[in-house]
Amino acid sequence: MATLIIEGLSHPKLCLTLTSAQWDLLVRQGRRANLLGKLAAELAAHDLLGEVPNAARAHLSSALAVANQQARAIRWEVRCIHEALAAENIPAILLKGAAYVMADLAPAQGRVFSDVDILVPREAIECAEAALIRHGWRGDHHDAYYQRYYRRWMHEIPPLMHQKRGTVIDVHHAILPLTARIKVDTPALWRAPTPLPGLENFFILQPIDMVLHSAAHLFHEGELHNGLRDLFDLDALLRHFGKDPAFWERLVPRARQVGLERPLYYALRYTRLLLGTPVPEQVVASVATPSPPIRELMDFCYLRALQPDHASCVRAGTSTARFALYVRSHWLRMPFLLLAYHLARKALLPERHGDAEGNPARDAAGRAG
Amino acid sequence: MKLSDLSRARLVTCLRGEGVWLSLSPFVVCIQSDVPALADRLIEMYADFALVPSGAFADFHIELRRGRGLRRWIRPQVDFHFDGVPTFHPLPLDQAYPMLEWGLNWCIASHAHQYLIVHAAVVERSGKAVIMPAPPGAGKSTLCAALVHRGWRLLSDELALLDVDSGHVIPLARPINLKNRSIEIIRRFAPDAVLTPPVHDTRKGRVALLRPPADSVRRIDEPAMPAWIVFPKYQAGTQACFRPFSKGQTCLRIAQESFNYDIHGRAGFEILTRMLDHCDCYEFSYGELEDAMQAFAALAASS
Repeated sequence: MATLIIEGLSHPKLCLTLTSAQWDLLVRQGRRANLLGKLAAELAAHDLLGEVPNAARAHLSSALAVANQQARAIRWEVRCIHEALAAENIPAILLKGAAYVMADLAPAQGRVFSDVDILVPREAIECAEAALIRHGWRGDHHDAYYQRYYRRWMHEIPPLMHQKRGTVIDVHHAILPLTARIKVDTPALWRAPTPLPGLENFFILQPIDMVLHSAAHLFHEGELHNGLRDLFDLDALLRHFGKDPAFWERLVPRARQVGLERPLYYALRYTRLLLGTPVPEQVVASVATPSPPIRELMDFCYLRALQPDHASCVRAGTSTARFALYVRSHWLRMPFLLLAYHLARKALLPERHGDAEGNPARDAAGRAG
Repeated sequence: MKLSDLSRARLVTCLRGEGVWLSLSPFVVCIQSDVPALADRLIEMYADFALVPSGAFADFHIELRRGRGLRRWIRPQVDFHFDGVPTFHPLPLDQAYPMLEWGLNWCIASHAHQYLIVHAAVVERSGKAVIMPAPPGAGKSTLCAALVHRGWRLLSDELALLDVDSGHVIPLARPINLKNRSIEIIRRFAPDAVLTPPVHDTRKGRVALLRPPADSVRRIDEPAMPAWIVFPKYQAGTQACFRPFSKGQTCLRIAQESFNYDIHGRAGFEILTRMLDHCDCYEFSYGELEDAMQAFAALAASS
């Protein structure tokens, strides 16, 4: 059976025929995949939210309230970041969630966020970091190894957290790590970004680059808790920008030019296979395809790992697939010796402060106790 | 069907199998566990609550699982899983039941944003609710436990759920969490009250839960309109005393004690201010429970 949350998002009308046991599962899958807010927004857009049974509708309203609050918070956060960087005349491109919200693009509807990602020119990154620190952001990674890890090998500086608001910003200077096997022409992305009205020197990527970045990000990611949500982002972008025939004409040549044809291949393959995203046949035919064994292997992995990380979506091979993609993401990120050193270091000398991945483990007798 | 209609053996089997599907009125929770002692606590505390058919819709699926490997035998532990994912640091096995209550509070406070949720006790009399927001240690639960044994109806001990459209408080009527000296104080104050055996050395000290009055559970589907906001404070040796408190300050303090005021944005501000238009606001200090009961009776009679 197809995953309920995918069915529900793809055919909102179907939701009205669900039994309460199916609603139960739909809410749980949606919650785990961080897609409940999107489902609520989708149902509301089709004027169907009022027809959802009360018990399930409560969860949808709740998720929508959270998504709306986050969109509000992101707009405010972007203004604060702009204020910090404008003083130094540093341009920035907003990436992913923040870009969708600021440009009011389709994936923004009901989406939830963890942090804001921005891209600044490589030569301005230290200046940007200093400006943000002057405006109240602070680094969390104090360990000298991790500082070096980020600064020498990654495409970003260690995440900065705002002291008062607790919000996190990732400042990138490239869209993939410097050590990555795929070499991306980041400066090419700076040639014609789309300006954001009202925020001087702040941009979003032009449509094709936005799709390519989103694809590069998802198909280099090792932990796919939000994999399905990110795939739905791609689906929404492709459906939205795809209305313009020129988008499809320029998509593959541009991917080739910036070095992201392979992630584009995966993006088109899995949005089509899992979400039924419409893509013109000639576009599909023109993307270079991996060799058949690789294709089989990637299908095996992604068709499992892009499902919600919920017990109801586990089938034979799911955990192997997730582990394989985790290993692959590290493999893609850096050369073997560096990787071996990094993983050994991570295993033997874990960083001393709290869990940087935002592990939810907490004390049960907390405030709500 | 009520939980008390199940035998203990049947309850243990349900906990191990498809779960106990318990209706907490606005929420249904599915509880699974391999800790048999949990069945005893559920019988003590939730006997009057309704069960719903298993396999339908549950708002929260939770499991309390005994630790594995060595942790099963040496200093055994219990884990709280929310829909299959461990959500808290494990606790010693004897804290399984308090962990269930704390975990449920977390489930509600972090998912039920269809309500404005305030960290407060709520009791009601003659259709009028008193909302008592307070930080831990202010004597909120003790006062709440005493009031519900003197004719006030329990709506909630921890979480005030405010309906965003109607402004009503939605009852939860779950067991009241008593800590340390409050346990003996309430035992003396209400000798017929049913309490769980105390659990020692939790992070909150010694803890016992108090069974909600049957009448409050029977009326769990009746919301109530807030009429008073009271900030309680236990102060040894003082006389019970209500002091009027400004509505502006009250608004700020409630926002501070809310779990999701920020999520509601402008709507949250509007719910709060609309509610305060119809409420009298007080700070309340007390040193003796009997004294406090009289003061509350006078408050109820005053309007």
